[in-house]
Amino acid sequence: MNEERKGLKEKITNSDIWKSIFRHGYENTGRRYTLQILQNVWLHLHPPRISRHALNFRFTWCMGGITFLMFLVTAVTGVLLMFYYRPVAEYAFRDVQALEFDIPFGMLLRNMHRWAAHGMVISVMLHMFRVFLTGSYKKPREFNWAVGVILLLITFFLSFTGYLLPWDQLAYWAVTVGTNMARATPVLGHEGPFTPTDIVTQANDVRFALLGGTIVGPSTLLRFYILHCVAVPLVASLLMALHFWRVRKDGGISGPL
Amino acid sequence: MEHFLALVSKPDNVPILAILFLIPYFMWLAYKQARQTDRAGVPSDAALNDKVYVWPYLCRNEFVCAIIIMLVLGVWSIMIDAPLEEPSDPAKTPNPSKAPWYFLALQEMLVYFDPWIAGVVLPGFIIAGLIAIPYIDINPKGKGYYTIKERPFALAVFCFGFIILWIVLMIVGTFLRGPGWNIFMPWQYWDPHKIVPLTNVNLSYLFGIRDDTTANFFGFAVVAGYFALGPIFYFWKYKTSRFLQELGLIRYVIVSFLFLSMVALPIKMILRLALNIKYVWVSPWFNI
Ligand code: HEM
Repeated sequence: MNEERKGLKEKITNSDIWKSIFRHGYENTGRRYTLQILQNVWLHLHPPRISRHALNFRFTWCMGGITFLMFLVTAVTGVLLMFYYRPVAEYAFRDVQALEFDIPFGMLLRNMHRWAAHGMVISVMLHMFRVFLTGSYKKPREFNWAVGVILLLITFFLSFTGYLLPWDQLAYWAVTVGTNMARATPVLGHEGPFTPTDIVTQANDVRFALLGGTIVGPSTLLRFYILHCVAVPLVASLLMALHFWRVRKDGGISGPL
Repeated sequence: MEHFLALVSKPDNVPILAILFLIPYFMWLAYKQARQTDRAGVPSDAALNDKVYVWPYLCRNEFVCAIIIMLVLGVWSIMIDAPLEEPSDPAKTPNPSKAPWYFLALQEMLVYFDPWIAGVVLPGFIIAGLIAIPYIDINPKGKGYYTIKERPFALAVFCFGFIILWIVLMIVGTFLRGPGWNIFMPWQYWDPHKIVPLTNVNLSYLFGIRDDTTANFFGFAVVAGYFALGPIFYFWKYKTSRFLQELGLIRYVIVSFLFLSMVALPIKMILRLALNIKYVWVSPWFNI
């Protein structure tokens, strides 16, 4: 019986059709395992081998990976949302409404995008907490910690710029409150200390540059849309690539030794 | 109570409820491992040189983890709808207006400091301080494993900042702040016309100083004296402390300055809540 099955398996895997689909077999060897990583464009940022304790959930909490997963989810759902959303004050709110009521699975799409964004903020906070608790920022990983801090800020900024886009009361006032602090920037904000108020006014200070106006308005919506959908994700992707590469170059996940 | 329940069930506040469970869980997980290391010692080299292939061992874990997380996210997205309120209206200011939850610790600091400090200077220090951590923490121990015994000071400072000054303030800002940014306990009614007597006075006033110039000098002296605690401690302990000698002057200046700035926040909160102090230092250019 067993012999028979083996013979059948061989017959199938040796057939022309099978061979036309799968270029080679899959041997259970270390060489195969190594090539599997090295030859795959999506996996090649991994090293071929890692120390056993880096697999341990209790050590890493998987939070860096979850942050990255959340980023990927927001990227995919975000692109889909862009098909239905126009960053124009007259349309923005109605487009979001249409997503909720008219577009098939529009509500689910919007929910996934929003909750993945919130999930990313949670997981990046926990990731930083874990990296601190294990002392993983110590030599030689100082620089990667610094890259991480910038990624943390970028994560917040991504969430914050996205918060405005539904253009409802919640969005509008959250962003108004958040950007009001920029008024008080020393020297560069029109209400800040040490500001030369004859030169820096509310029509040319840092807050004006961020909002494109003296209050949150249509040009703010456009600015935040471009930052949210193009500029910040681009920077975030580059820094994440750097971050992952440095994890590997710094000797893989930290451990005692 | 109804206002509190409305806050708790707001879809955007669900993440905070999640944090309320996740942070204690992970702290417990970390504590358990730290205690084990502190008792049994750091695992030996032999166990660590044990290497495994990333394919299939790590990739399998990543795959399973991704599936579980996607399931959680899927259920979350099916159960809870993203909020959409009325169309934006610049003429209709909601009271209270709150920033998104992850910024509420910053918004909470606005109660105690002027916007330029709470919104610009302190966040700047936080960022600079975080980036500086690896360069000012020269303790070579406790790298790559959980421990408490080998780095108690670093852990205490970071956990104080992370848990108290970030997570707790965020929760206060989200759940306990009502109209006029006044504190409302969960069982209290949100009275938009709640009158809070403005009895706050400046520190100099409390000391009987009525004249502006004297008050300015007095405030300056208090703030300068506070930050002088750093150098004073240095010269007092330098001779006997090996730690200070190894740390070196420049690192010490940075550590003590960042540390004192961080502790200034809870000090100001206590001064405000216990003694109704508005400003410690009032000058013609800025107030602290
Ligand atoms: C978008 C945000 C981020 C992503 C996607 C990300 C991703 C990752 C991943 C996948 C790892 C591998 C180990 C693990 O999963 O724990 C890692 C390690 C690391 N991350 Fe991040 N990270 C982010 C933000 C941060 C932040 C905010 C910090 C610190 C401030 C940080 C510092 C580090 C350090 C020092 C390591 C090496 C840890 C070790 O060797 O044990 N990262 N990161």
